[in-house]
Amino acid sequence: MNQPVASRTKRQIIPVIELTLLVIALILPLFLQDFWVLFTTRVFILGMLALSFDLVWGYAGMMSFGQALFFGMAGYSAALLATKWSITSVFVLLPVGGAVGLVVAFLIAGIIILGKRPPNLVFVALGTLTSSYVVERLARGWSYVGGQNGIPSLPRLTAGSFELTEGPLFYYLALVLLALVYLGLRILTRSQFGLVLAGIRQQENRMAFFGYKVQNYKGFVFCLAGLIAGISGGLYAFHEGYVGPGQLGPVLSTQVVLYALFGGAGTLIGPIVGTGLVDLFSFYLSQIWETGWPIVLGLLLLVIVVFRPTGLIGFLVSDRERVGSFGRPTKAAPPTPDARHEPA
Amino acid sequence: MPLLEAKGITKIYGALTALDKADLMVRDHEFHGLIGPNGSGKTTLLKCVAGAEFPTAGTIAVAGRDITNAMPPERSRAGLSIKFQITSVLPQLSVYDNVLLALQAQDSILGLMLSRSRRALHEKTMDLLARFRLESRRDELAGVLSHGQQQWLEIAMALAREPKLLLLDEPTAGMSPQERRATGELLAPIKQTCSMLIVEHDLDFIKDICDSLTVLDQGQVVASGPILEVQNSARVKEVYLSHA
Repeated sequence: MNQPVASRTKRQIIPVIELTLLVIALILPLFLQDFWVLFTTRVFILGMLALSFDLVWGYAGMMSFGQALFFGMAGYSAALLATKWSITSVFVLLPVGGAVGLVVAFLIAGIIILGKRPPNLVFVALGTLTSSYVVERLARGWSYVGGQNGIPSLPRLTAGSFELTEGPLFYYLALVLLALVYLGLRILTRSQFGLVLAGIRQQENRMAFFGYKVQNYKGFVFCLAGLIAGISGGLYAFHEGYVGPGQLGPVLSTQVVLYALFGGAGTLIGPIVGTGLVDLFSFYLSQIWETGWPIVLGLLLLVIVVFRPTGLIGFLVSDRERVGSFGRPTKAAPPTPDARHEPA
Repeated sequence: MPLLEAKGITKIYGALTALDKADLMVRDHEFHGLIGPNGSGKTTLLKCVAGAEFPTAGTIAVAGRDITNAMPPERSRAGLSIKFQITSVLPQLSVYDNVLLALQAQDSILGLMLSRSRRALHEKTMDLLARFRLESRRDELAGVLSHGQQQWLEIAMALAREPKLLLLDEPTAGMSPQERRATGELLAPIKQTCSMLIVEHDLDFIKDICDSLTVLDQGQVVASGPILEVQNSARVKEVYLSHA
């Protein structure tokens, strides 16, 4: 379908969604019961994990089935620091979580991404899935990290002498972190770097002939996503007061993939919406049909992924807006006669 | 010293020898045509030069630097740029962004994250679009351009990095006679800045813009030299008559 010349000036839907959700998120604790404040905080933290997946898949075209690995290892590291060394400062534990995610991602990228040639999709998917699975199995069998039981009863995070209790305080902490990560990624994906990612997604092979070393860009994005997953993993452990092997493994990794695909990968806002809706549906469906609810949820996700590959956001946002424009904003040129013609 | 010197290039796929000890030389500011019947190995030779394929034997040097085993990004840095036979513009990006993407390839990751060169490259982007008659379509998606315009866009992208040697694989394939003539006009001024190696079936187009020619048949070089000389070669006439 031919797009009009002035399409860049068309109304943008994503900023409207972003602003609406931000306003709702800011005032929500005023109207919610404690349970729902905790629920929404969890959505924010998992939404950050979903953002890390979106960066890797929606922007750089790498199917990672291992985001939970960075999330869980960061959670375990922060939990060990808190329980073994009594370090509870949020200013130490969250950066440590991020650093662990970054280092683990770098090690994995060194094996599966940073080769002589760019890695293929299946190799990255299997490599990340295997890593996630192996580390989960190791954690289940290692008594130092609590084995099957994980590390329970984590102390509360602190900021100076101040305890960050679960509830509105943790809610706003998670919201601020999510907003900062979101804003950073939004700037990044709309920068010239984002243009390179768009190029890699559409014509990866061609990019090498322009002089781009594609594997370096993919490796960078993979590590950045590891950092974000690590921060969210550290936060999650202290919100739940517990870290366990399930936070490292393929089940959570796959759940994150579904969050992004359901909401709309490659949009940033889609995976956050997806996280909220999938968790909300899961909760209500489990109330209605205690044993069979995953079947209903699975079918719903399948319908969306098959019939709307751009996810729920794809119903509202055009492909043009989703991909975006990266050049210097210019006034739209007046349509020339040839611009109005259909292509030959 | 020649700009491009490929010596004894052999490429074997299983039982098929696509290229058999082929030599190729392109000088500075020279437009060099590469022709031959279908299956003669011209595209394979071009791909070996570009780094899309690696020769089984032989060496390739650009300005004296051996690039035989270099990956495409290194070849790009050595001054090579290619436009493939099948257009590979980025269909979901605007025409403007396609050119910007090619122009910014030398920037560092940090520079790109900070969008440092976006403003500085704007004029260059617009210049290239104007040169290839795409200025008025800059905000449209590249995927909706006509075939001929996509070819021009891709040539503009290939030229964006100011290469020493531009490799073109059938740049006029699928074009109307008018578009073909316009393409010749657009390519002619490039000679002032770079050399060109062009694979093309349209012999009239080759004669119009090239200075020299290499003819391949069954993976071997049949003749190479100035156009007139090659044109009058009995061996070349035999090759083309036998395939007529």
